[in-house]
This record gives sequence, structure tokens and C-alpha cells, in this order.
Amino acid sequence: MSAVLADMPKSDVSKTVAPATTKAIAPSKGGRPWTFYVLAALFAFYVIALYGPMFCIYILSFQDIRGGLVFPMKGHSLHWFVDLFTQVRTGDVKGSFDRSIKLAVIVTVITVVVSFFAGLGFRKRFRGDTFVFYMMIGSLVAPGLVLGLGTGLLFQALGLNASWYTSALGAQLSWTLPFGVLVMFAVMSRFNHVWEEAAYDLGASRWQSIRLVMIPVLAPGLVAVALFGFTLSYDEFARSLQTAGSLNTLPLEIWSMTLNVTSPSLYALGTVTTIVSFVVIGASLGTIVLIQKRRGSATKG
Amino acid sequence: MKSDRGDIELAGVCKSFDGATYVVDGVNLKIADGAYCCFIGPSGCGKTTILRMIAGHDDPTAGEIVIGGQNVVGLAPVQRRTAMMFQSYALFPHLTVRENIAFALRVRGQSKSDRLRAADAMIEKVRLTQFADRLPAQLSGGQQQRVALARAAITEPRVLLLDEPLSALDEQLRVQMRQELRRMQQELGITFIHVTHTQLEAIALADLVVVMEQGRIKQAGPARDVYAHPHDRYVAEFMGGQNVLSGRVEKVNGASFTLAQAAPEGIEVPLRPRSAVSVGDKVDIAVRRDDVALVRPGRDLPPGCTTSLPSRVLAIEYQGYFVKVMLDTVPDDEFVAYVPEKTFFADPFAVGDVVMATWATGSALPLA
Repeated sequence: MSAVLADMPKSDVSKTVAPATTKAIAPSKGGRPWTFYVLAALFAFYVIALYGPMFCIYILSFQDIRGGLVFPMKGHSLHWFVDLFTQVRTGDVKGSFDRSIKLAVIVTVITVVVSFFAGLGFRKRFRGDTFVFYMMIGSLVAPGLVLGLGTGLLFQALGLNASWYTSALGAQLSWTLPFGVLVMFAVMSRFNHVWEEAAYDLGASRWQSIRLVMIPVLAPGLVAVALFGFTLSYDEFARSLQTAGSLNTLPLEIWSMTLNVTSPSLYALGTVTTIVSFVVIGASLGTIVLIQKRRGSATKG
Repeated sequence: MKSDRGDIELAGVCKSFDGATYVVDGVNLKIADGAYCCFIGPSGCGKTTILRMIAGHDDPTAGEIVIGGQNVVGLAPVQRRTAMMFQSYALFPHLTVRENIAFALRVRGQSKSDRLRAADAMIEKVRLTQFADRLPAQLSGGQQQRVALARAAITEPRVLLLDEPLSALDEQLRVQMRQELRRMQQELGITFIHVTHTQLEAIALADLVVVMEQGRIKQAGPARDVYAHPHDRYVAEFMGGQNVLSGRVEKVNGASFTLAQAAPEGIEVPLRPRSAVSVGDKVDIAVRRDDVALVRPGRDLPPGCTTSLPSRVLAIEYQGYFVKVMLDTVPDDEFVAYVPEKTFFADPFAVGDVVMATWATGSALPLA
């Protein structure tokens, strides 16, 4: 016993001196307080509830040709992924995936550009700025399905053909733009206008000040806006439903597949779209981290 | 032909942001080429606004700003050939020290090799060579300040404007960077205009100290003039180091007058040249705190002293080379004596002691 005491590191000795009242909640090497286990269990349950269903789908998508829609797992192969992109009966997955990516890219570009300039514009008060702001929020709270329906009807009334790159684009922008602008406001509030003044003082034109100072300084925020635009568009359903026209976007295609496809290729599709989402999010976060790192961990003042 | 001179003249300069109240209210001032000028005043006195108007970041509501003989109102900073150093330095966080300093050359379209060479020369001048590739966030406050100075100086401006350049630094660094500013100013040989609210900073650095209050200049002159010969009560109290007393003129006798005060025999004050007072006028006078001597009651006054005011010691602060003794000499104002350390400890007073506060008659200064 005395030998054990002698071997105890100094830090442990000091801990034993600490008042007894702190013992119950203070983390110590020997044992954690009971609250830790309760909270850990709660967290584990939450994680399972959140990711469990998704993982069921990912796992089931790797079955072989005998695979069905439910457990147990029958063999393992990439059969249903091949099936997804080759078989016509599963629907136009490749085409709709293509369209969704293109649409998301267009939406992202427009959202970033418009949000950036809206952010610039809203730094100063102007006549009717509150009105413009509430109009913008209005399109955010309007039910998406109704908004999509209205857009579709409007196109019909005007004698225009609804398609993914016109009416669906417009309907999606009514969703991504307000989000982008709100994020941009938050980003802008951290931009010190003295940087702009300094650029002007050093002889930069308005355009040089935007290009050489504002955009690089705001880059992490702009990436965040782009990420928002892309993911909101990529999995947009309600607004696209009545506006996409004859050719489906990916979420619409998946929805129609759930109605008539009864093979694990549906699950394969889920796996593929998840991977795409993670790649996009990972790339965005990676970019932000890279920018922050290049700029030194903390930006003072 | 552009003038290289950096002399500045402000003529009737006014600035109002809302059209009703004037932040700067009719300022006239001449600043010589190559001078170090400090604007000093409490916050909101308009000193920063004047600086920004000279820099070209704000336009005056009325008046002229003339630099090197040319009215510059309405011109961009580049055309004025002024450069500003911002309070928080405003270094671009995404650019390295070298790129920050080269920024002004970059927007002028200089080639990369030319501008980086020029930046490196400037970096050497401010002794930052080993930090050239760092980002602003990786520098200390003092280093950031040097980068800001170098960035502003690289375009060879004829006037450099500094907005409270030392306020972001801690005390020790402030004294050190103060000297560095003065050194840079002499090296560059251009006009520096420096805004501060610290009296010590202003008198330590400036050739010309400009004391401001509520948009107006209260006094402008060499540091020693402003400190030792304040025009009025405001300047005396703001610059510090003075005791201000007020009273009515009891009698005027030739080159001096007597001020009725707590002392039974009144206070004798020499008249300012070319000024007149008459009996009954209310007058403020200033007495330097380090001119005040303290004598125990009943002892002889030092030679040259005719006035002595009985006072009680309220508090004593040891300040190193002197001792600050606070007295209740005048009812409403503070009255302080700076007693040299050795003198004080030869016969130390305690709080509550009664002493006679006295000074050489010639050192009392009537205020406007």
C-alpha cells in the first residue's frame, strides 16, 4: 500500500488534497460521475436514431443480385450500383443526376453573386430596405409546395414551357437566395469596413478593393454561402415538383422510384447521393479550413 | 507640376454630419512642412474628423484644406499624396507583411518583382525582415504597427496621418513605439499629423500641439508653450500639471494684480503682457504643481514667495522621483503639489497635517 502511494504522480497527490465537495462532479482518473454515463447513453441513442436508418440503406445497397428490400443481407457486390446506371427500368438516374448537379451549380453561382452584392448593399440603410428585407424573408416562409405550384401556373399562363433550367431554377432561387443573403449578413457583420477604407487610402479603385480585399477576406463566408446554395438546391423537392417540367431532377426521380422500383438499386442511389453530398460538404469545409490556416489560426481584432 | 511640400493650411474648416451640429467648427491652422503635429482633446472633440478630412476620407462641410499650396478638397487620398495609419492598423488579414506593404504599389499596377523589391527595402527600414512572410495575426502589436507605418510610407506621401497610433499598445511598448514614430518621421522628412488623447504622448512627440474642445482649437503652439503657458482654464486642466484657482480682482498695482482668495492678504499675480484686468473681474490663474512648495505653519516662506495658503493634506501618493501631495487649498478644485522626493522625505507630512502652500509670485499665470 505504501509503495502504491509512493508511486503516485504528483498531480494525483494534489487532487486528493482538493475539498471533498468537488469530488462528485470533478472528473478524475479513477471513475466518472454517474451523470456521464446517463448523458453518454442518451447521446449514443441519439446517434443511432440519426444514422441508423441511413446505414441500413447503405448496407443493403451492397447486396448481390439476389438482394431484396429488407434484411437479412443477401451476399455482397456492387451489382445494384451498376444496375442503377445501366438499366432503363430503374428510371433516368444518370440524366436526373446530371441535371441536378448542373442546376445546383447554377443556383450556387447565382446565390453567391447575388448574396455578396446584397451583403454589400445592406451595409448602409437605404430607402425601403426593410421592405426589401421582409419581402425576401417572405419567400422563405411561404410553403414550398404552394410556391412551386404558383410558379408552374405562372409559366403556364405566360405560355412558357416549364423546365428544370428555367422555372425550377427560379423556384429554387426563391429558397436559396434568402438563405444565402441571411448567411451573408452574418458574414458581413464581421467585416471591418476599415479594411475597405485602408484600401481606398492606398489608392485602390472600388473594383480593386472588392477583388483584392473584400472577396479574399470574406472567402470563408462565401464558401459557406455556396455550400448552402448547393445543398439546398441539390435535395430540393417541394419547389421543383411542379416546376421541373418533363425532365426530373434527382430528388424527383428518387421519389418516383420509391413508387415503382422494388430493387436495392434504390438503396444504391441513396448511397451514391450521400457520397456526393459528403464530397461537396467535405470540399467546402476543407477550403474554409485551408483559408483559415493560411491566415493564421486567429484573426485578431 | 505637383508640389512636394507637405505644409498644410486649414481655413475655416467645418464639418457637420447631420446638418445641425458641427463636429468641427471653424478651424484655422497652419502646419509647417516636415512638422510633427499632435491633435489632442477628449473623445468627440473633432480631432479624428479633422484628420479624416485632411486624409480625404471625409469632406468638409465648409472651408478649405490646402496641402503644399493646392486646395485638396474633393481629391482622393492618392491625389493628395497623403497616407493614413488607422487606429487598429487595418492590416489586410489575408496578406503577408510583404504583400501588405506592397499593396499600394500593386493597385498602381507595378510589376510583381518591382513592388516586392520596394517592399523589402521598406521592410528593412522598419526592421521586420525576419517577419516578411508572416500574416498580421502572427505579429505582436508593436510589429503590426510597424507594418502599418511601412505600408503607409511606401508611396512616399508628403503627409502621414496617424489616428491614435499607440492606443492599441500596452504602456511599455507605447513609450518605445513613440520614439520609433519620431525616428521614422525624421528619416522620411515628411509632415506627420498624429491624433491622441494622451497628453504625455503629445508633448513628448510634437513640434506643434493643437488642443481641441468641441470642434474648436483651444490653443496651438509648441509643446512647451502649451504645457507651461496654457491660454485658459480648459487647456491648463486638460494638459495637466497645473493648479487652477479663480477669484475676483481686488486691486491692480502696476505690473501685477491681487486676487481675493482664501488667503487673508490675497494672491499676487503678475499681469500678462498686453492684457488688462480691472477691479472686480473674475479671473482664473494657474500655478504649476511643481512650483508649489509646502511649508509648515510658522516657518519662513522661501525667498520670492509672497502668497501662502493654509491647507490640509488630503492624500499622499509616492511617484518615485516626486511625491504627489493633494491639498484642500481651494474649496471646489483640486490643488496638488509635486514635491521632489528628497525634499519631501527630509521632513515628511502625514495626511491631515496643516501646511502652507506657497509659490514664487512670478510663477502664477493669469488665464484668459
